[in-house]
Amino acid sequence: MTARTLYDKLWDDHLVRQSDDGTALIYIDRQLLHEVTSPQAFAGLREAGRQPRRRAANLAVADHNVPTTDRNAGIVDPVSRLQVQTLDSNCAEFGITEFDMADPRQGVVHVVGPEQGVTQPGMTIVCGDSHTATHGALGALAFGIGTSEVEHVLATQCLVARKMQNLRITLTGPLPEGIASKDMILAVIGLIGTSGGTGYAMEFAGSAVREASIEARMTLCNMAIEGGARAGLVGVDEATVSYMAGRPYVPSGSAFDNAAVAWREMVSDPDAAFDLEFELDVSRLRPQVTWGTSPEMVVSIDDVVPDPENAPDGNRTQDWVRALEYMGLESGTPINQIPLDKVFIGACTNGRIEDLRAAAAVANGRTVASGIKQALVVPGSGLVKRQAESEGLDEVFRNAGFEWREPGCSMCLAMNADRLDPGERCAATSNRNFEGRQGYGGRTHLVSPAMAAAAAITGCFTDPNEL
Amino acid sequence: MDPFIKYSSIVIPVDRSNIDTDAIIPKQFLKSVEKSGFGDNLFDAWRYLDQGEPGEDCSDRPRNEAFVLNQEPYCQGRILLARENFGCGSSREHAVWALRDFGIRTVIAGSFADIFFNNCFKNGVLPIVLPGADIDWLFNRDLSDEPVELEVDLERQALTTDDGRVYRFEIDDFKKNCLLQGLDDIALTLRHENEIQDYETRRAVEAPWLFGDLPSTDRV
Repeated sequence: MTARTLYDKLWDDHLVRQSDDGTALIYIDRQLLHEVTSPQAFAGLREAGRQPRRRAANLAVADHNVPTTDRNAGIVDPVSRLQVQTLDSNCAEFGITEFDMADPRQGVVHVVGPEQGVTQPGMTIVCGDSHTATHGALGALAFGIGTSEVEHVLATQCLVARKMQNLRITLTGPLPEGIASKDMILAVIGLIGTSGGTGYAMEFAGSAVREASIEARMTLCNMAIEGGARAGLVGVDEATVSYMAGRPYVPSGSAFDNAAVAWREMVSDPDAAFDLEFELDVSRLRPQVTWGTSPEMVVSIDDVVPDPENAPDGNRTQDWVRALEYMGLESGTPINQIPLDKVFIGACTNGRIEDLRAAAAVANGRTVASGIKQALVVPGSGLVKRQAESEGLDEVFRNAGFEWREPGCSMCLAMNADRLDPGERCAATSNRNFEGRQGYGGRTHLVSPAMAAAAAITGCFTDPNEL
Repeated sequence: MDPFIKYSSIVIPVDRSNIDTDAIIPKQFLKSVEKSGFGDNLFDAWRYLDQGEPGEDCSDRPRNEAFVLNQEPYCQGRILLARENFGCGSSREHAVWALRDFGIRTVIAGSFADIFFNNCFKNGVLPIVLPGADIDWLFNRDLSDEPVELEVDLERQALTTDDGRVYRFEIDDFKKNCLLQGLDDIALTLRHENEIQDYETRRAVEAPWLFGDLPSTDRV
């Protein structure tokens, strides 16, 4: 039998029907739903008189619009409130399980899925959200879809798709002390560009990935989409199988053992051919910081803001000039001398317990700089919050001057009340530095959790190892 | 979905690469639970000089006259032209709904992000990829004193300029037919109900854990 990649195997396992024209019908094992991209899908079902084909394959959670302050006060913004209520009523009407705002398991959908074991190796998983790529860290084929496709999956449990190509990113280590998987993925995007992975499933491999924790792998896969790839993937190993054990929606006993046998097959065969490959030696990687309005505009902490004349081509020069203007930066400014207004630690990229531990280790015994107007820590889920509190991390953050919040997407995209004001500059552990992403006129720099914490302490971008 | 019919229009040149869906329709408008009403907020942060809010009447808002969508004759355009990686970032289908609401049924770019590209077809919008040199020519001509008018003919897979240049474009047959006939994807898939059923039956034996009932509203 021909050697196959992990993506090939996942594709083959879920192929319902292959058409002569190259399109295929693939089966979807799980759909995750949130309030922003589902209302029109449910409305479509209702208009057509259709029902979900397999209610049990869906899980819903409100995350984008939820307040991160006192939940008992409800949602103040009436438009946000209506959207969350619409999810509640749609789930009730169509019989879909929902972790509502008051549920301790509520959180960012991409943190909740793996945490609950709703995400499992070998599955196909979709969500109306581009960061669905995150779940690929567990050896699942997971990708974001639009609302029409959300409706399509609800109605048919399938998607019409064309097979993607195979891309492998090999990261060789060891990763230096204090450098995070966030630094690795930012460096990868800097290398391949934001459309380098378009049309591909992006598998991460190599010693630095094997040595990375499952949560760190989720950070890598989360931002595959920022490199253009809808799906990020990491092959299953013993760390994956251990991670799955004991999670609420994972089978137990002999059923677990049977599943684990199948899960261990979820790796690329040694001889499998990839259509495109990149390799990056991360053994000397330095902390990464984005300077512009696209995740590919990234440099290391030791660099200066680049000169648009050095952009790869003429069209890019224009983009770089525009980005510098939007960001309010001058070429040649050392990255570690850029003063910040706000810090955001959280999001589906870096809102898990290991991220909070890394940030807390830096914040411990220190104080947020006086120039920082706000430093937010937003756990990825209620259970992450509970775990962090049991370790005393909330106290570490509060004592240092950070705000400790309720779980949600929060200031990653500012659909709730957490946002930047025009012109404000933020060190963020999220995934997108687009214009206005964290608030109208706001300026976002993407960094790791440790760097975000270090930046809060000094008021500028700072190598956490040098604190 | 309305069938895609051959039409001609002025081309709106937005000379940037990596135009993300946050720029096409900013997050505050995603709070809507409707599929329409996004046209006035297409490229909101570039098009207006203030911060827009959902439900706001846009007619009195200060416009950014430097942005093409506010300039004659481009504001009459029903075809959008951009550079590489158009529609990157968030999966929000609202980006396509905003383009369609504005009247744009065709986007021409050097390349598209995957999710946006798929979303177009679900809404009767045609994304066309052209080589860099052709994109350059179109920008040059469109930004000259004589903006280009294009005819989009999906049936023939051809773009024809007002001076007779013809650009052929590729599209997969399935998507082309869906657009031309305005077909409902879900109904098409449901024709294969038996195959879906067979797959589920077979898979439930091979991998029974995938079919365990997920729902439980019990709290931990």
